[in-house]
Amino acid sequence: MTFFSHLKKVAIATAFVLGATAVHADEQYFPLQSYRVGPYAAGGTGFFGGFIDYLNLINIRDGGVNGVKLTWSEGETQYEVEKGVEVYERLKSNPGIAAWNPLSVGIAYAMIDRITDDKVPLITINHGRTDTTDGRVFPYVFPLLLNPYSETSGIVNYIASKEGSLDKLKGKKIVVLYHGSPYGKETIPIYELLAQKYGFELSQIEVPHPGNEQQAQWLTIRRERPDYVVLRGWGVMNPVALKTAQKTGFPADHIVGNVWSNSEEDVIPAGDAAKGYTAITTQASGEQYSVVQEIVKTIYGAGKGNLEDKGRIGSVYHNLGIVNGILNVEAVRIAQAKFGNRTLTGDEVRWGFEHLKLDPARVAALGAKDLFHSINVSWDNHEGDGYVTFQQWDGKKWNVVSDWIAPDWKLLRPIIEKSSEAYAKEKGIKIRTAEDAEAVVSN
Amino acid sequence: MAVQALDAARVPIDWQRLALPAVLVVVAYGLIPAYASSYLVEAILLPFLALSLAAVGLNLLTGYCGQLSLGSSAFMAVGAFAAYNFNLRVDGLPLAATMILAGISAAGIGVVFGLPSLRLRGFYLAVSTLAAQFFVQWALTKFGWFSNYNPSGVISAPHLIVAGFPLDGATGRYLLSVTTVIVLTALVWRLVNSATGRNFIAVRDNETAARVIGVPVLRTKLLAFAISSFIIGVAGVLWAFTYLRTVEPAGFNLDRSFQILFIIIIGGLASMRGAFLGAAFIVVFPLVLSRLGAFLFGGLFDSGVLDMSQRIVLGALIIIFLIAEPSGLSALFDRLKRRIGSRSS
Repeated sequence: MTFFSHLKKVAIATAFVLGATAVHADEQYFPLQSYRVGPYAAGGTGFFGGFIDYLNLINIRDGGVNGVKLTWSEGETQYEVEKGVEVYERLKSNPGIAAWNPLSVGIAYAMIDRITDDKVPLITINHGRTDTTDGRVFPYVFPLLLNPYSETSGIVNYIASKEGSLDKLKGKKIVVLYHGSPYGKETIPIYELLAQKYGFELSQIEVPHPGNEQQAQWLTIRRERPDYVVLRGWGVMNPVALKTAQKTGFPADHIVGNVWSNSEEDVIPAGDAAKGYTAITTQASGEQYSVVQEIVKTIYGAGKGNLEDKGRIGSVYHNLGIVNGILNVEAVRIAQAKFGNRTLTGDEVRWGFEHLKLDPARVAALGAKDLFHSINVSWDNHEGDGYVTFQQWDGKKWNVVSDWIAPDWKLLRPIIEKSSEAYAKEKGIKIRTAEDAEAVVSN
Repeated sequence: MAVQALDAARVPIDWQRLALPAVLVVVAYGLIPAYASSYLVEAILLPFLALSLAAVGLNLLTGYCGQLSLGSSAFMAVGAFAAYNFNLRVDGLPLAATMILAGISAAGIGVVFGLPSLRLRGFYLAVSTLAAQFFVQWALTKFGWFSNYNPSGVISAPHLIVAGFPLDGATGRYLLSVTTVIVLTALVWRLVNSATGRNFIAVRDNETAARVIGVPVLRTKLLAFAISSFIIGVAGVLWAFTYLRTVEPAGFNLDRSFQILFIIIIGGLASMRGAFLGAAFIVVFPLVLSRLGAFLFGGLFDSGVLDMSQRIVLGALIIIFLIAEPSGLSALFDRLKRRIGSRSS
C-alpha cells in the first residue's frame, strides 16, 4: 500500500460521503397548478391557500409524513388549459411527485393521457369527469368525495328529506337553473333520470355564460311556480340568480345551490337576497374544527399562512383546500405503510389513494370531525363514497342544516360504467382488474 | 414585400438562398427530435407550430388579401371538431385524410362567413366575422352530437397513427406537426407567388382598380376565405390532436382569434416569415418572462403577482416594439440582415 493509494481511498470515501449528504433527505413533492389571478381567483386562492396551509402544518407540527418532508411549488394557470399544460410540462421533471391537483375540469381533461403515461395520480376533488370514478378504466384519476352525478343525487335526496321522504317527491316541481357550459350541462341526463324514477316534474333552464342577466329565466320560473329551484351556477351567475330571485319574489330558502354555488364569494355579493339560501357541500365551513384551529395557531400564528385575507380562514374554499390536503397526505401515509417511509413513486401513491379509507373515527383523529364525513376509495371506486351536507346562509355565515347525506351510489354506478366502458372502447383501453391494481411500479 | 417576393421567384436557383431552408430541415428533423427535452417540445414547439400555421392562414386572408377577420379560432374549432368526428365515425380513415376533410369543413364554414366580405369592408367585416366566433362556439356546445354526447362536451384526441406508425409520443406528435406545417406553408408560398396570389394583393391594394383590370374580385375574396380557413382548420387539428390532446369549445374563444391577429401584426403582415416570428414571440416570450420572473423574484412574490407583472412588461414591450417597427418583426429581421450584410461587404 503506497501513500497515494491510501490517499485515493480517503478521497473516494470523502467523495462518497459528500455525495451521499448532497442527496436530499426524503421529500415528497406536490406540483401546484394554481390560479391566483383571472376570473376564478377567489376559488384558486382559497383552495390552494388551504392546501398549502395543511402541507405546512404537517411539516411544522409533525416534521413531515413519517419524516418525509412535503415540498411544493406553484405555477400560475389562470384556469386556462394551455397554461395548465405548460405548468405541467415545467413541473413534471421534479423528483418525487405525489399527485397533481389542478382544480380545473379543462386542465384535468388535458392531463388524463399525460399522467396515465407518467403513472402519477390526478386528483379532481368534488369535480372532474364523472366516469373517472370507474378505476377500472381510469387508474390514475380520482374525483374524490363527490362527482357531479353524486352531487345531483345528494341534492334530490336532500329535497326529499325536507319533504319527508322520497315518495313525497311525486308531483313536486323542480327547476334546475344551469350554467351554459360543459360543466353546467354535465348533469342534465341524471336529473331527467331521477325525475322519472321519483315522479317529480322537472324543467331545466339554461343561463348563458357568464350569467349576469337572468330576468327572462326567473320570469319563466315564476310562471312555472316550482317547489324548488336548484342553482347549478358558477362565478357571477350565483349572486345574480339570488338577487333576481328576490326581485321576482321567489323565496331564497327554496333555492338549493350545488357544490360550485356554495361559497362565501357567491352569497356575500347578493347581500340580503341570499339570506336563507341553502347549498350542498362536502366540507362544512367555519373555523371551529380542530385542524383549522391548529392551522390558525401553528401556521398563521407564525406568520406563515398562505391566505392574505385572514377573514377567509375557514371559508368554503379554504376548508376544501384543507380537506384536499388531508386526503393527499393520508394517501401518502397509507402508501408509506406498505412501501416504506421514503419518497414514493407516483404509482405507489396511486396505490395509497386506492386504499384511502378514512372512517369517521380516523377523520376525528385527524382533527376533522364534522369538517367532512369519511371516504372509502377502492381500486375500482375512485370517488370513495363521500357524504354531503347542506349549509344555510344566515347573512353572515353558513350554518349546517342537515345530517350527512349519502347519494344513491347504486343507482349511479351502472350509468358511470356505461360511460367509462364507452371511453375505454373509443381509446382502446384494457379494463383493469384487481390484480392489475396491485401491480405497482417502484423504482 | 410582396413585390420582392415576386422578383425572387424569377431569379435562377441561388444556392445561398437554399442554405437557410437546408439548415432548418436539419434542425427540424435531425437535432430537435434527437435532443429536445419534452418540455421544449410539449410546451413550446407544439403550440408554436399550431399557432404559426393558423397565422399563415390568417395572413393569407388579412395580410395578402386585405380582409380583416376575427373568426380564426372559430375555424380552428371547426377543424378540430370535424377531425374528431371524421375519425370517430368513419372507420379506418387515414390521419392525412381526416386532416384534409377537417380543413375542407373549415373552408366550407369559412366561405359562408366570408360572404359578408362581398359587401362589407374593414372594421365592418371584422365585426361580421365575429358572428362566426359566437355561432360556432354556440353550435358546438348546443348540439351534443359534435362531442359524441360526452356529458361535459369535451373531446379527447384519438390515437395518432400514420402508415402503421404510432405517433402518440411527444416526438411523434412533433414530427406530424412540423411536417404538416412545412407542407402547407410551402403550398401557401407557391400560391402567393402565383397569379392567384397577385389577385389577392390587387384586391387588398385597391378593389376598384383590381376590378377594372379584370380581377374577379368576388371569387378572389371567397377563395381567400376558403384557403385561409382550410389552413386555420388544419391548425385547429394540430392544436387539438398534437398539442392539448383534448378540446372543449370554450378553448377556442375570442381571445384565441385576437392572439392570432396579434401574431400577424407583430410578425409582419403579408409575410410568411412574419407568421412564424410573431408566433414565436407570442408563445415563447411570455414563457421566458415567466421563467425569468420566477427565477429572480420567485421567493418574494406569489405566482399571481408575478403573472400580473409579466403582463405589464409584455404589453409595454409590444407597444414599444410596434412604435419602433410598425411593419413587424419580419421587417426588423430584414433590416438586421441588411446591416450585417453591408458590414461584411
